[in-house]
Amino acid sequence: MATASGLFLSEQNRFLVRRLLRNRAFVVGATLVAIVLLAILLAPVLTNGEPNRLAIRMRFRPPSGDFPFGTDNLGRDMFARVLYGGRLSLEIGLWVVVLNAVFGILLGALAGYFQRLDGPLMRLADALMAFPSVLLAIGIAAALGASATTAVIALAVVYIPRTARILRASVLVVRELDYVHASRAAGANDWHILFRHVLPNCMAPLLVQLSFVFAYAVLSEAVLSFLGLGAPPTVPSWGILIAEGRSYIREAWWLTVLPGTAIAITVLGLNLLGDGLRDVLDPRMKIEQS
Amino acid sequence: MTTPLLEVEALSKTFVLPGRTPFARSAGAVRAVDGVSFKLPRQESLGIVGESGCGKSTTGRLVLRLIEPTAGRVLFEGQDILKLDANALRTMRRAMQIVFQDPQSSLDPRMTVEEIVLEPLLVQGARRDAKLKQRARELLELVGLSAAHAERYPHEFSGGQRQRIGIARAIAPQPKLIVCDEPVSALDVSVQAQIINLLQDLKDTLGLSYLFIAHDLAVVRHLCERIAVMYLGRIVEMAPAAALFASPLHPYTQTLLASIPAAHPRDRRTRPTPKGDVPSAMAPPPGCHFHTRCAFARPRCSAEVPALRTLASGRDVACHFAEELEEGP
Repeated sequence: MATASGLFLSEQNRFLVRRLLRNRAFVVGATLVAIVLLAILLAPVLTNGEPNRLAIRMRFRPPSGDFPFGTDNLGRDMFARVLYGGRLSLEIGLWVVVLNAVFGILLGALAGYFQRLDGPLMRLADALMAFPSVLLAIGIAAALGASATTAVIALAVVYIPRTARILRASVLVVRELDYVHASRAAGANDWHILFRHVLPNCMAPLLVQLSFVFAYAVLSEAVLSFLGLGAPPTVPSWGILIAEGRSYIREAWWLTVLPGTAIAITVLGLNLLGDGLRDVLDPRMKIEQS
Repeated sequence: MTTPLLEVEALSKTFVLPGRTPFARSAGAVRAVDGVSFKLPRQESLGIVGESGCGKSTTGRLVLRLIEPTAGRVLFEGQDILKLDANALRTMRRAMQIVFQDPQSSLDPRMTVEEIVLEPLLVQGARRDAKLKQRARELLELVGLSAAHAERYPHEFSGGQRQRIGIARAIAPQPKLIVCDEPVSALDVSVQAQIINLLQDLKDTLGLSYLFIAHDLAVVRHLCERIAVMYLGRIVEMAPAAALFASPLHPYTQTLLASIPAAHPRDRRTRPTPKGDVPSAMAPPPGCHFHTRCAFARPRCSAEVPALRTLASGRDVACHFAEELEEGP
């Protein structure tokens, strides 16, 4: 309980919220992300609620009042397909973030705090980071077979080393601060120091990193789906929509451009949000304010 | 004779510097603390002074076993703290605390003042109840803060107030020894005096002993019965504070004292000021470490390490020619 209040409810954090709201990048990013999230959550209200209903006579309708995003080669409403497809894309992104947070914190904290584990863990991370990230994700997804779950696993494996690295770097700094020495001098053990002092003070860079991981995961999931290594096409995701629309790109631009725009807006929003977070939570700014 | 509160014997710490690349050889070693011995009687305080890099802070951390020494013994009330297991060490830590130099980094920014001050008690197994909260408020008032400050966060306080919070944390488990690692050197001069007075009051009322580390001789003069002067990892002179100021024996002590600015032009000193910089701790000069900067250096000084010895007059000095210096020119 004490840790949770230390993480989220302190007076200092209320101060940070005020700073965040004054940061333009954060506000724009958060607004974009909020619009995307709202549209996706309200999909049953905003659309006919049937992204897979066929209407062959209505095929290849360009965007209009009836079909804001047009229709595809089988006459399906693209607006519904993009909004419902976003559910899967963001869900996959969210799971990648959750796995990243859990394993990134675990491995980063172990490597940074216990020096004996640092060498082995970081060499393992080096090995994974030596592969181009999308290539590695493709390899893992191909090896495990195409499904939404394997896409999540593949993307998590690709980004966990990066998250662990960033956390390790912060842990290395915080563990040498005097309040950690004071805690040790008072008789605290490693676990107390790690969970009570070190991790709560390493959350800022982690939060920033996770917002970027979310953006990359949405983007990479589209790549995997486009290549047929993501979720099966029965449940559309943004990557699958682009892949399906590719064959008709000359006749019906809206089949690829509009899902692509949805990805672009989401990723841009998440990146701006991450930039804003970083600016506000940057340790150098912290010294300035105190 | 009663056992002293703290007894340090031939304490040494060598830091091995890692190579530049993972497979490179070690880049060398620094003997940060080199055979330091001293005794600290109960309710007395010892000042350790010296230039930056002389190993005084490392000595303070070795005494608390915040870092493990390379060699030597640390006896606290006759018990070797280096031989204690984890449980016994935790119990022992109640009796010895530390106050840090930098009031910014010595307080966890995510904890309230109350949590900070009570932490030593909580990690020792105290229950967080109304009595403990009351204790936090008493401690804050003892160091000159108000009980109303308990719910605030460190960033809301000035440097001097933060240092008071750090002191409240140190006295919380009712220790017998507090290592003060340059507790005032990061503060404004006007605030320095307040903190020194606070430490003096606490020493008198709580019967504390300080191991007071400073680079400023004037600061330790008021607080400490005895002063040890360190140079490149070794104690070069140890004397009662009054005697050290009245007649410094080691040439290095003399130059240190000469570097204190005189309050009045009439008092301007004629003693030699230090020449040159401190040599690298990675490659200290052979023999007496100070011979490269010493006005009285002779061939023997660069060949033979002078031991810290007690002169006929009862003074402890590590200089081959201490007797001559004692008689004066």
